[in-house]
Amino acid sequence: MSTEMSKEERHPIESWLRMDRIPHIWCPGCGIGTTLTAVIAALEKIEANPDEVCVVSGIGCTGRAAGYLKFDSFHTTHGRAIPFATGIKLANPKLKVMVISGDGDLVAIGGNHFVHAARRNIDLTVICVNNFIYAMTGGQVAPTTPLTAYSTTSPYGNFEPPANIPRLAEAAGAVYVARWTALHVRRLTKSIVEAIQKPGFSVVEVISPCAQYYSRINRLGDGLDMMKFYHQNSLIKHMEPTENLDIQYQEQIIVGKFVDRERVPFTELQKEGCN
Amino acid sequence: MKANPKDVFSGTYYIDGDVACAYGAAAAGCKFLAGYPITPSTEAAEAFAKLAPQIGAMFIQMEDELGSIVAVLGASWAGKKSMTITSGPGFSLMMEGIGFGAALETPFVIINIQRGGPSTGVPTRTGQADMMQARWGSHGDYEIIALSPDSPQESFEFTIKAFNLAERYRVPVMLMSDECVGHMTEKVVIPSASEIEVEPRRFYHGPKDQYLPFKPDRDLVPPMVKAGEGYRLHLTGLVHDENGYPLLDCDIDEVNQKSTTRRLVDKIRANADKIIEIKEDSLDDAEVVVVSYGITSRVALKGIEQAREYGIKVGSLRLVTVWPFPEKRITELAHKIKGFVVPEINYGQIVFEVERCSHGKANVVLVPHGGAGVHNPDDIFEAIKQVAKNKEKYEGVVEYRTSLERLIFG
Repeated sequence: MSTEMSKEERHPIESWLRMDRIPHIWCPGCGIGTTLTAVIAALEKIEANPDEVCVVSGIGCTGRAAGYLKFDSFHTTHGRAIPFATGIKLANPKLKVMVISGDGDLVAIGGNHFVHAARRNIDLTVICVNNFIYAMTGGQVAPTTPLTAYSTTSPYGNFEPPANIPRLAEAAGAVYVARWTALHVRRLTKSIVEAIQKPGFSVVEVISPCAQYYSRINRLGDGLDMMKFYHQNSLIKHMEPTENLDIQYQEQIIVGKFVDRERVPFTELQKEGCN
Repeated sequence: MKANPKDVFSGTYYIDGDVACAYGAAAAGCKFLAGYPITPSTEAAEAFAKLAPQIGAMFIQMEDELGSIVAVLGASWAGKKSMTITSGPGFSLMMEGIGFGAALETPFVIINIQRGGPSTGVPTRTGQADMMQARWGSHGDYEIIALSPDSPQESFEFTIKAFNLAERYRVPVMLMSDECVGHMTEKVVIPSASEIEVEPRRFYHGPKDQYLPFKPDRDLVPPMVKAGEGYRLHLTGLVHDENGYPLLDCDIDEVNQKSTTRRLVDKIRANADKIIEIKEDSLDDAEVVVVSYGITSRVALKGIEQAREYGIKVGSLRLVTVWPFPEKRITELAHKIKGFVVPEINYGQIVFEVERCSHGKANVVLVPHGGAGVHNPDDIFEAIKQVAKNKEKYEGVVEYRTSLERLIFG
């Protein structure tokens, strides 16, 4: 590895990554890498000072994001990314604190923290990568697994109604809510820019292919086939009421920006409360 | 370093142990408290919430104890001295965060105002049954420090001591109080700031790109940095090396060689003599030694007094630091005395540590109490008498049948 690489040979986002930890653990066809690229592109676009960005992840495939991003990055226990991020943000409100984690981490085991951080309107940017399954542990049913879909713990098809993440976020009080798939890189980047710039609790859901577990057990092909499916079945409908955003197995996925509203962030309210 | 005068509310107060903890935290420089209301600890959080704006501190009431303790970790890494306050069931929920905090070598304080257990137990009444949970509650290998106050004055002082130890050893420190001490109202003297020693956080000042968050430089303890200062640190609960990077694809030898886990244990064990504080009374010629902690050490005083009047040479060893346990001192005493009497408000926890360290050289009698109240000192006296006259061979831990137990269970 001692040979110097020319500028052209280097990956353009190398300076934002912990290159000493590459190669990463993500499988071919996974959408988490695309999501990270979008996060970095968004931070570049707003000319963020990387020294003032903190990334907090939980456990799971997406939980490993913190390990590859070259900011102050925290790989916390399962479900606790949001409270850890809350602690950082409240102790130093100047920092841009982003939570990048999966659907299981944020909505199941960390569901209570998600709801209450949104209610308090803590100024965090939450990127929730939703791959419909617990992939790190080998493909178990998730709070987002569509009805009838197979997983290793729904071997006869899932009969649990899945969570609608944008609806949950809106109901709990998030000020900005968007959903894209890993295919919509430019739109996703734009949403992440808006989410970071929005004071308060913002949520961007990223529907991501899990080519190793979700698509294999459901015979949906590889990562590319999943991308083709997103291409054919995504429907952009900005400001669609979030109650219409349930995801049915292999049916249309509504994407777009659904919530963009004003609520006073926690730290502002707290300052007022103290006076 | 002396405490900041702005953080010290000097004066003479008539307050309970819970409130004294809040004043102690303020004096120690605590700037972040996240907690969830639970009896009998609420007065401490309430008092801190009131003090917070006056000392430039943040108080947040979280949605649960799982979140509270992790928010404390986040705030500590953002540079604030941080703590949480809880009781039994909340303490159970915090176990996950305690292990995480120990693994990340995060300084923070947990105040546990113990109540009767198990489960919801006796919320409004006392207990001392979380002592082993404090030591072993989270999974995996790690060490913590635990202190046990017996009065509101000590609740104030030991909270400061807890912060100082947390910062010095980068370790979770538990103040194992209980409902009696927490709700006992007594005179508390808060001295002037110039009389309070406060351990400042030891920050790293070298080149940014050379900072290794888990490389020790003194007493097996690494210096810290704050998030947001350009160190680009990475922290993970996975087993990690000096750089904080997980040891995932390494072989067994490499994991063991590079992992920080061994040091998590060693930094407390190797410094145990510096950390441990015990209060001894009349041990020189004692035949019987009462080992106690927290509220029980105050109750034991009466039993000890009775025993002395009766003519028994009885000494007292009070655990200020319960963890790490004063192994050496117990072993030393075991060789000289007839036996130990260990009263505690549980069915036997610290007594087994005493037995372990006495190596079969002294008898060990437990005076148990099921909780919701404190011992009758007569029982402690009777147990002392039993040990004093007992010349039979060693039988491990013997349980003294208290008057209360005899009354209830026959």
